[in-house]
Amino acid sequence: MTIIIRNGQVTDPSQGIDGICDIIVENGKIQEIKPQGAGHKPQPAKGRGQESKDGEATVIDAEGHLVLPGLIDMHVHLREPGFEYKETIKTGTAAAARGGITAVCCMPNTKPVNDNASITGFILGQARAEASCAVFPVGAITKGQKGEELAEFGLMHEAGCIAFSDDGRPVMDSLLMRRALEYSKILDLPVIAHCEDLTLAAGGVMNEGLLSVTLGLRGIPAQAEDIMVCRDIALAELTGGRLHIAHVSTKGSIDLIRSAKKRGIARITAETCPHYFHITEEAVRGYNTNAKVNPPLRTQQDIDAVREGLQDGTIDVIVTDHAPHHADEKRGEFDNAPFGISGIETSIGLSMKLVDDKVLTLNELVRKMAVIPAEILGLKNKGSLRPGADADVVILDTTKEFTVDPAGFLSKGKNTPFQGWVLRAAPVVTLAQGRIYRWD
Amino acid sequence: MSKVLPKVLLDKKDIDRSITRMSHEIIEKNRGIGSICLVGIQRGGVHIARRLARKLLEIEGTDIPVGILDIALYRDDITVRKEQPVIRRTEVPCEINNRRVVLVDDVLFTGRSIRAAMDAVMDLGRPAAIQLAVLVDRGHRELPIKADFVGKNIPTSREETVNVQLEEDMLEDRVIIA
Amino acid sequence: MSLQTKDLTGIKELSIGDIGLILETASGFKDILGRDIKKVPALRGKTTVNMFYEPSTRTRTSFELAAKRLSTDVISISVSTSSMVKGETLEDTARNVEALGADFIVIRHACSGTAHFLARHMRASVINAGDGTNEHPTQALLDLFTIQEKKGQIKGLTVAIVGDILHSRVAKSNIYGLLKLGAKVRLIGPPTLVPASLKALGVEVYYTMQDGLRDADIVMMLRIQTERQGKGFFPSPVEYFRNWGLTAARLEAAKKDVLVMHPGPMNRGVEIASDVADGARSVILEQVTNGLAVRMAVLYLLSGTKQ
Repeated sequence: MTIIIRNGQVTDPSQGIDGICDIIVENGKIQEIKPQGAGHKPQPAKGRGQESKDGEATVIDAEGHLVLPGLIDMHVHLREPGFEYKETIKTGTAAAARGGITAVCCMPNTKPVNDNASITGFILGQARAEASCAVFPVGAITKGQKGEELAEFGLMHEAGCIAFSDDGRPVMDSLLMRRALEYSKILDLPVIAHCEDLTLAAGGVMNEGLLSVTLGLRGIPAQAEDIMVCRDIALAELTGGRLHIAHVSTKGSIDLIRSAKKRGIARITAETCPHYFHITEEAVRGYNTNAKVNPPLRTQQDIDAVREGLQDGTIDVIVTDHAPHHADEKRGEFDNAPFGISGIETSIGLSMKLVDDKVLTLNELVRKMAVIPAEILGLKNKGSLRPGADADVVILDTTKEFTVDPAGFLSKGKNTPFQGWVLRAAPVVTLAQGRIYRWD
Repeated sequence: MSKVLPKVLLDKKDIDRSITRMSHEIIEKNRGIGSICLVGIQRGGVHIARRLARKLLEIEGTDIPVGILDIALYRDDITVRKEQPVIRRTEVPCEINNRRVVLVDDVLFTGRSIRAAMDAVMDLGRPAAIQLAVLVDRGHRELPIKADFVGKNIPTSREETVNVQLEEDMLEDRVIIA
Repeated sequence: MSLQTKDLTGIKELSIGDIGLILETASGFKDILGRDIKKVPALRGKTTVNMFYEPSTRTRTSFELAAKRLSTDVISISVSTSSMVKGETLEDTARNVEALGADFIVIRHACSGTAHFLARHMRASVINAGDGTNEHPTQALLDLFTIQEKKGQIKGLTVAIVGDILHSRVAKSNIYGLLKLGAKVRLIGPPTLVPASLKALGVEVYYTMQDGLRDADIVMMLRIQTERQGKGFFPSPVEYFRNWGLTAARLEAAKKDVLVMHPGPMNRGVEIASDVADGARSVILEQVTNGLAVRMAVLYLLSGTKQ
C-alpha cells in the first residue's frame, strides 16, 4: 500500500530536514522524502489531514501542519496483565497513538510482575493482537520487583525486553543495583533507575515543605531522590553499566547528572516528564489527588532547573510516566489515592510549550521525543523518517488551540492535573503499525 | 420615586402619658407590685421596661426588678430564615419561680415574639403568672395572644411598618408609621 | 448573622470576621450552660451525625452535647461499628448518612483533607472534628475563646505552643488562628517535631524551654503521642520530659499571670507535671466547658447559611 503525505512542514532531526516535503510510504516503510523547495506550488488544500486517492495511493493532505517522526515514549504503564480495570494494552496504545506516540516502553510493575520471558511473551502477544502502536516491554531488575534477587535479564531480552527497571520502586540494596548494572553490560541494555530512598520518603505523599506541613500531608524531601541519583551515578561509574535515570524532578538531581556527564566516566542518560517542567506542588492544594504523583510535584526552583537541564542536554528525553488509575481510586482521601498522572495524550501539547517558551527549538524537542529515545533503546528503524525506517509518522495541527478534557481521553485513566489547560499542538493523523489513525 | 414621609402617631408627651397610665394599670391589676418582675424583650422592650420600672418606683416607692430577655433561640422561623438571628444578652436578676412576670415589648403584631418570649421565660423557671405590657398594639395577630396593658391601639395594614423611636437610642421619642 | 461558608473545614479557611462572630456567639451560649435548663429549641428538628473514624471520647461527647443542647437529634457513628470496616468508601457512608436527613456531619478521620473532600461533595454542613495532621478547628476556636475570656484580647499576646507540632492538628489550627488575630506565636520542641518551614508563616521556633517560655502570656502544651517514639522522633518519654516537659520551675520563666492550656488528654509526667496541670495557672478544665459553648455556636451559625 502506498501512502503520500503531502505538503507538510517536515522536521526530522535525524536527517537535518526542516521544510515543506512530501513523504512517500510504501508497505509500512518510508520510501522517500521529496523536499518541495522554493519553486514549490502548493497543491490545492483539501482540508486538514484529509485523505484522497491518487491512483492506487492514499494521499494525506498535511498542508499547514507539522509532520514529525512518530514520537517514542520510553516510560509508560500499560497495566496489563493484572490491572486491566485501570488500562489495557489496547486502550493505552490507542491513547498513545492519539498523542502522536508510535512506540512505547511499558514498565514491568504489572500483576504478575514482568520478570520472566512468559510475561514478556504475553505482553507482546497482546500487543500484536490489539496495540495501536509498537510496544517494547521493560523487564524487571529483580524478581517480583522485591529488590532481593536479579531477574533473568538474558531470557527476558530474548523474549523481547529492551531495558530493565523496577520502576514504581527503587532497588534499595546498593549491592544488588551494582550487580544489575554490571550484569546488564553483557546485553548492552540500559538499566532504568527509579531513584527514591524509601526510608527517607517514609510514606510521604507530596513534596516536603511548608505546603505539606500546612496541608497535614506527609512530605517526601527532594533529597530522597537526590541521594539515590548520586548513588546510582556512583555505581554506574564503578561498573561501566548503562544507567538511565527515570522521571527526574529536582534541582539536586539535575546538578548531579550534569556534573556526572561532564566527568564523562559513565554512560548516563536521563528523562523527565511534562508535569516536572510545568506545575509545582501548589497543584496539590485543596487535596487534589490528580496532582498526587511519585516523584511528587516540586517547587518553582526545581521547574526552572528541569527546564535548564532540558536546554543544556543534561536531560536527554521527555517521557510521560503515563500512570492511569480508575476514577474510584483517585476519589476520596488523599492519603489513600494511588500515585500517578495519565499523561500520554497531553504530552506533545505540553512539551510544545517548551518551544513557545523558547526553552527548546522544535528540532531539539523532536530529538528529545523521538530521535534520542530511539538511540538509547537501539531502535534503528524508529525515531526517524529516513528511507527504510518504519513509517511511524505524526501529523500535528499547531494552529488551533484546544482545551484538555480528560472525559475525552482514549485512556481509561482520566487522572490529570492539566484539565482545562489550553494547548496548541494536537495530532490530526498518526501513522503506526502500518495503519492510519485520524483524530478529530 | 416619591418618598413616603412617616406619619407620627405618638409624640413624646403621648408616650409619657401611656407609660404613666400603664403603670397605674399594672398596680391596679396586681393589687400592688410586691411580687412583680418586669422583663423587657430584646430589643424593643428593654427601654420601655426600664421606663415602666422608674414610673412604678415614682408612684409606689418600690424598686422592682427589671430583666432583659433575648428570644433569638426560641423563634419559630429559624429554618426559613436566610441568616441566623443575632443572639443578645439575657439577664434576669430575680428568681422566676412563683413570680409574676410582666413581659414588656414595644410593638405587638403577630404575637410570635411573645410566644417565643413565653417559652424562654418557662425555661428559666415556673412563674406564677405571665402578663404582657406593650406600648403599641397594631393588630394582625396570628396566634391567640392578648396584651394585658396597652399604651395605644393603632389599626394598621399589614404592609405598613410601625417604629418606636426612643431617646435612649439617641433618637427623638416618637412612634411612627410608614 | 451567619458564617460565610457552608462548612467548617479549618481555621485556614475562616475569615477573621467569622472567627470573631463565632467567639461572640459562643459567649451567649456559655450563659445558657450556666442555667438549670441547659437546652434551647433553636435547632429543633435538625439532625446531627457524628462520623468518628478515629476513637475519641472528649470531642465526640462535646459535639454530641452541643448538638443536643440546641435540640437537634444526634447520632454518633464510630468506625468499629460502621460499614467502613466492610470496605464502604467514606463518600458512600457520608451519602447514606445524608440520605437519612443529616443537616450536620461532624467528621473525625485519620487522613488529612477528609473534611475538605466531604464538604465539596455533601449538601449537609460538614464540621471538621480533626482530620489527620491537618486541622482541628473547633479546638482552636475554644482555645482562642478561653484566652480571650481570660486576657481580654488576643492581639499582642505571646503564646508558646510546646510539643509535637509536626503531627498536631490542634497546634496547626491554633497557629493559624493566633496569627490571624495578631498574637505572637512561638513553637517549642525537639527539632524532629518542630518543622522549621513554619517560620515562613511568621512564628518563632525554639528548641529549649528556657528560651521559648521567657515572658510568655500563654503556654499551650500538646500531647506527646508515645507511640511515635519508635520512629526516631525522640529517644524516650523520660528524655522528652527532661527537655520539654512543663514543670513549675520551667513555668517561672513565663509571665506571672501566664495561662497553662492543654487540649487533653494529658500524659502526666510526659509533657506536663501534675502540679502544673492541677495548679492555679491551669485553665485546662475551663477549656472543656468553653468547648461546649463554642461548638454550639458553630452549629448555630452554620445552620443559618443556605447554599
